[in-house]
Amino acid sequence: MSIFKSLVRKEALHIVRDPRTMVITLLMPIVLLLLFGFAISTEVNDVRVVAVVDQFTDETRGILQRLSVNDYFTFQGLTAPEDVDMLLRSGKTDAALFLRNEEGLLKSQIVVDASNTNTAQTATAYIRGVINGTSAKSPILTSTLYNPQLKSAYNFVPGILGMIFILICAIMTSVSIVREKETGTMSLLLVSPVKPRTIILGKLVPYFLLSCVILTVMLLMAYTVLGLPVSSSVISVIAVSLLYIILSLSIGLMVSTVVDTQLTALIVSAVMFMLPVIMLSGMIFPVDNMPVVLQWISNIIPARWYIEAMRKLMVQHLALSYILKDVLILLIMTIVLLAASIAKFKSSTK
Amino acid sequence: MSPAIEITGVTKRYGDLTALDNVGFDVAEGEMFGLIGPDGAGKSTLYRILATLTAPDSGTAAVCGLDTVKDYSRLRTMIGYMPERFSLYQDLTVSENLQFFASLFGVSIKENYDIIAPVFAQLERFPDRKAGALSGGMKQKLALSCALIHRPRILLLDEPTTGVDAVSRSEFWDMLSTLREKGITILVSTSYMDEATRCERIALIDKGKILRVNTPEGLVAGLDENLYNASAYRMFELLTRLRQLPEVDDCYTFGATLHVVGRKGFDQVAVCQKLQSEGLEDVRVYPAQGDIEDLFIKLTR
Amino acid sequence: MTMDKGNAISVRNLTKRFGSFTAVDHISFDVSKGEIFGFLGANGAGKTTAMRMLCGLSVPTSGDGNVAGCDIITQAEAIKHRIGYMSQKFSLYSGLTVEENIRLFSTIYGMTSRQIREASERLFKELGMQDMRRAYVKDIPVGWRQKLAFAVATIHKPEVVFLDEPTGGVDPVTRSKFWELIYKASSEGMTVFVTTHYLDEAEYCNRISIMVDGKISALDSPADLKEKYHAATIDEVFRIVAQNAQRGD
Repeated sequence: MSIFKSLVRKEALHIVRDPRTMVITLLMPIVLLLLFGFAISTEVNDVRVVAVVDQFTDETRGILQRLSVNDYFTFQGLTAPEDVDMLLRSGKTDAALFLRNEEGLLKSQIVVDASNTNTAQTATAYIRGVINGTSAKSPILTSTLYNPQLKSAYNFVPGILGMIFILICAIMTSVSIVREKETGTMSLLLVSPVKPRTIILGKLVPYFLLSCVILTVMLLMAYTVLGLPVSSSVISVIAVSLLYIILSLSIGLMVSTVVDTQLTALIVSAVMFMLPVIMLSGMIFPVDNMPVVLQWISNIIPARWYIEAMRKLMVQHLALSYILKDVLILLIMTIVLLAASIAKFKSSTK
Repeated sequence: MSPAIEITGVTKRYGDLTALDNVGFDVAEGEMFGLIGPDGAGKSTLYRILATLTAPDSGTAAVCGLDTVKDYSRLRTMIGYMPERFSLYQDLTVSENLQFFASLFGVSIKENYDIIAPVFAQLERFPDRKAGALSGGMKQKLALSCALIHRPRILLLDEPTTGVDAVSRSEFWDMLSTLREKGITILVSTSYMDEATRCERIALIDKGKILRVNTPEGLVAGLDENLYNASAYRMFELLTRLRQLPEVDDCYTFGATLHVVGRKGFDQVAVCQKLQSEGLEDVRVYPAQGDIEDLFIKLTR
Repeated sequence: MTMDKGNAISVRNLTKRFGSFTAVDHISFDVSKGEIFGFLGANGAGKTTAMRMLCGLSVPTSGDGNVAGCDIITQAEAIKHRIGYMSQKFSLYSGLTVEENIRLFSTIYGMTSRQIREASERLFKELGMQDMRRAYVKDIPVGWRQKLAFAVATIHKPEVVFLDEPTGGVDPVTRSKFWELIYKASSEGMTVFVTTHYLDEAEYCNRISIMVDGKISALDSPADLKEKYHAATIDEVFRIVAQNAQRGD
């Protein structure tokens, strides 16, 4: 067996022999994807709506008709104006639509339970959409590009990928290298005739492969279960993801050269890389809404550029030229980090 | 023939701490050489230099005639290094560990089995047991097998007996003797002074300095001259009294008795009588045999 | 010095089972007040389990015992105030100063601030460590650290002090000085219980017991044991006694 192969085999055994970590790394992305895709969504389903109509016209009938067939609403029927308040208070309905005819002109009013502002806003927007669908005279025309149903899962897929690769590549890799430092086996590897380069590759390749497996699973899920529209950008999605995986591996290698215990490796990777991915990369909170200082900081977080590029590719289906800047930044980060960490690793072994 | 290990004026500092201070000694081909000193004496640093893991700040170290800094890559196939803790992959099995280290050096277990046989024999029964589930003594044997599998000319064993019980320790030293007979040069370190006698020559090291290099017999020669045992039921009182006597140069606890270093004119009978008259009726004073520990105390006091 | 004939530790048929595994198997022994008692055994022989029961940290499956005048089953909490504990691996917080360590441990042992003040003054004077009060423990030499660890473990004047491998790996001078402290404590009536597998530490004890596979296989003074087994050293005695051990760690 070649030296490299036996290094990779040994590392694979470490991964497989630690079933708890194994299960977490494989299940976590899937659970996250499903969680963000279905359970935790910022989109609004089954908004319960009652309507108050003073005079039936073709127009109002059309509106009520569309309201009752729309997937997003549960149309609860007509009610008297004085009951609306009670229905909303008791939580029996989420919104009420008032339709009044004044001098032949349809006037509408939406009363919504805003105890959850997010739901309220979205519900209002939906109802307005239903009304506007009928009235050419409507003053506002909202059109949501790229993601017409405002499916939040689309947005989260890139975010979850951005997080999961930091977890596997940065945290697991750094912990596994530092563990060898702690137990002293690293010294044994270093005093053998094996070149430091081979040792590093032997460490990185298994985690690279593991990441590829997870990438495949995640993309398959995104395109099937979540119904993300497949487009020609799939190749680019994979290419950008591979670049990001390599970047995360360099982060892991970098961390492992500066810390001495597994615990520090874990804390450093988690606090310095994982948290910013969640908080500052735009995964959950849009970068544009952050204070300026945080926006600056987010610029140095690799995940931010990855997520941005992925959204452009997966959700917006933009051409490659639109992500050139993001890819370039990721590429530079990768080269700098990889070069620095290999140099550091080699010098720390001398 | 050039010595198997040749260390000249090696100094190594870590910040303010001088781990090794102008260390120098030679180990002959085929010798079993002991490096004896307490924790923190600098033993592990010296091992790291010899194993080509770190370079000395000044001075040179050569193993098998090859400089540990310039010729490190050629040297690495010739040395078998066993670091302080038994560095094994705990989650890999006995045979996976051995196989892994064999492949690192590009050798097969089969071709070199004869060299590890005396050590590995007891482990053969459970090739599929995880290294982490082995007892201390078994871990030690597996670690030694892994260090031997590429047929090194020189074995560098850093505290191989620490944390292992007395029975396993004794077995381990027997194995080292077998390996030495096969012509392997062994540099072994320990903080157990009583293990020193198992080596042909030893170097005493403390606070980064080599105190003495000699055979075990040579080291303790002459120590007995003024050395006495003293014991009584009330040990602490005895110790205090002895220290006040002008003819006593030094007195320290030493296992079951106190060791007394007498000045010129120390008379064991007179001392005994004096102490008895002062109320320590059961006191006994008699000549003691000095060992490495006494020498160490003498040299570092 | 007057020797109190009472026993500081006394156990009868002490047994601890974990499922089908009998870690400690009907051990009985007495340690008299002021005695230095060595508790030896190979890895996995049951030393740690036995000691945990003596310290009131683990309830025996059967048998009974008395430590420092307290029943180890019914008065387990009271025992903790009457014993001290020190191990080679951990005894002091290296990131705290000498003074902070003393204050911390004396507070843990339930001393009042006045008692603490008096005890630390006495301790600094006795140990000659006045200059080091504000030094971090990690910065002081190992010999001092060990003295301090012992002083801290006994700051509340316990009746029994448990030492877990107290001097493994230290240099002979430090070790000798350390045993001097133990002799002194013993001469003042403190009972010293030492667990170790460094057999050269055993030579310092008045009596030693050797545990094999959960049972006490030998118990006597080092000199008598050597005579009984026709051995030159305790190391040899140990090998003879423990050679048939079935259990490893």
